[in-house]
Amino acid sequence: MSSAVGLGAIKVTRGAPIGEALAGLMLTVPAGLAYLVMLLLPTMATILLAFTDYELGLPDWNWIGLGNFTEMFEDRGFGVALRNTIIYVGFVTPLSILLGLGIALLIESGIRGRATFRAIFFLPVVSLTVAMAAAWQYLLHPTIGPLNGLLRAIGVSSPPYWLSSSDWVLLSLSAIGIWENIGYNMVLFLAGLTAIPRELYHAAEVDGTKTWLDRFRLVTWPLLGPTTLFVLTITMIRSIRVFDTVAVLTQGGPNKASEVLLHTMYKEGFTFLRLGYSAAITLVFLVMVLGLVWLQTKALDKRVHYG
Amino acid sequence: MALVGPSGCGKTTLMRIVAGIEIADSGNITIGSRNVTRLRSAERNVAMVFQNYALYPHLTVRENIAVPLAMRRLSTWQRLPLIGGIIPGSSGKRASIETDVIQAAESLGLGTLLDRRPGQLSGGQRQRVALARAIVRHPAAFLMDEPLSNLDAALRVQTRREIVDIHRRVGAATLYVTHDQSEALTMADRVAVMQAGKILQVASPEAIYHDPQDLRVATFIGSPRINTLSAQADSAGRVHVSDAPTGLHAEPGSLILAVRPEDLRLSPNGIPCVVEGIEFLGESLLLHVRQSSSGEPLVMRLPPELSRPAPGTDIFLAFDPKRALLFHTDGRRMPSRGHIGHAQELALV
Repeated sequence: MSSAVGLGAIKVTRGAPIGEALAGLMLTVPAGLAYLVMLLLPTMATILLAFTDYELGLPDWNWIGLGNFTEMFEDRGFGVALRNTIIYVGFVTPLSILLGLGIALLIESGIRGRATFRAIFFLPVVSLTVAMAAAWQYLLHPTIGPLNGLLRAIGVSSPPYWLSSSDWVLLSLSAIGIWENIGYNMVLFLAGLTAIPRELYHAAEVDGTKTWLDRFRLVTWPLLGPTTLFVLTITMIRSIRVFDTVAVLTQGGPNKASEVLLHTMYKEGFTFLRLGYSAAITLVFLVMVLGLVWLQTKALDKRVHYG
Repeated sequence: MALVGPSGCGKTTLMRIVAGIEIADSGNITIGSRNVTRLRSAERNVAMVFQNYALYPHLTVRENIAVPLAMRRLSTWQRLPLIGGIIPGSSGKRASIETDVIQAAESLGLGTLLDRRPGQLSGGQRQRVALARAIVRHPAAFLMDEPLSNLDAALRVQTRREIVDIHRRVGAATLYVTHDQSEALTMADRVAVMQAGKILQVASPEAIYHDPQDLRVATFIGSPRINTLSAQADSAGRVHVSDAPTGLHAEPGSLILAVRPEDLRLSPNGIPCVVEGIEFLGESLLLHVRQSSSGEPLVMRLPPELSRPAPGTDIFLAFDPKRALLFHTDGRRMPSRGHIGHAQELALV
């Protein structure tokens, strides 16, 4: 009764046979096709359009080289839109990240009602911005709005016209933007927090950290690094493409005080039908977004992932 | 002092209570002569080595070791990243921290690794960094939570020696939690055996092995497991196993007789057994047998050069009555004649 186990001739064929490679290619066709039709072709078309004076409905069009771009940089409206967008991003990004982190920390350290608070703060993310904008319009209404009612009740004689004063409109829109983004950032931070090993907090405690701030600086903040980088990128991109609140609440007014990049693009393209110019703006927007992503991954990625 | 017990018996919880990470419902914790029950973990002056090392991944080895010193010696302002350096007194303290860090690192052979991050180190090196972080501030007590369980076997034996060395050098009380009885027996001056949340016995490794006060201690310590046989003491107090006299005496009634595998020997007038299998361990043979009358399994350790009985062979096992331990059926140790000395009672908590 002897059975032999042979370890002799085992041969591994490297590389897949042609049939298998073909099958693999076929399987990627649907995704590849979707990518081509939905992303690559429109992007290429936009890039081409950006160098023409094409207007919807006109029979002929011409290549005008960089004409759209020189017009753009001479146009005061575009400059204002760019400046407003940068201010908006400058408000929304840091504040919604800090508040999102703060709320995540509070919820994480809380004992009861975690799910409830999570749901409350996440609500703005899942609700339709256009519908919420209508609610904000009522809240911020200069005469019948509850906010100004409250301000008058505590003695402010002439509360600001939140959405129709050129001094306040960008700030009001930023506040709505922050409110929209907090919940999203909070959920991401909550996920990041649960990934921090409990043992590190125990070690920090034994090592002599006495205050909450010590532990935050020694453990929480550094270990949230990758999460924070992701949140930063996502929030900047989400806020740079602000459009629906502007379109519903102010249409860029009063006197272009809340004009932003995407709204300008929309107006040029779909109101004035100047698709060539609109495409040029889109291209600038695309370059900005890609630039942000590139900068953040290159500059910060090395510093937050601990190999 | 080693705290040993099976998984989930509460060893780590007990250690965390000592460390101040968890709060005891009742009882007191004293370190040295100081009652620390109500103190925060930072004020207890204990250092802990965690099972997964718990190194700060974003800090270098140097910075990791420096954390407990920075937390104690520098004020909150002095620890701030930029302005911390210009606060009066900060640079002197930082220099003394640096000296101590290098000394601790050198003593564990980490001198060349100071600027690496934990992610770039092997398991054994991380373990050393965790140890260095613990010894650097000369604590009143060390707590070690299964520090070797993530190392491979060869490294484990080596690190075991190193921990004993450090303990001898530093001299501070050390509480060592492990589920590995060989670590507990080899490293500790005293061993506490814990099971289901209770400490069953605290004694020297020798006493734990040879003189367990509870059947659970006897069966947990020792590999292979101690043999247990159901026995009867007749009205005259003579202890019988399967109607064969053993030469032991006890109070009349049912009891459990336990004898270690190495204390069994072959003898023509012993207890009849049937051989079930043989394991060759190199330095010895393990003979798995089954008692013929009761069917209870037994293991005996034999010198390897002995001729090996084939499975199915009938053999007879005997033991020195002085080497056998008697237990009540509820597991309490029963004093038996021929047994000398009593384990000293020691309180842990």
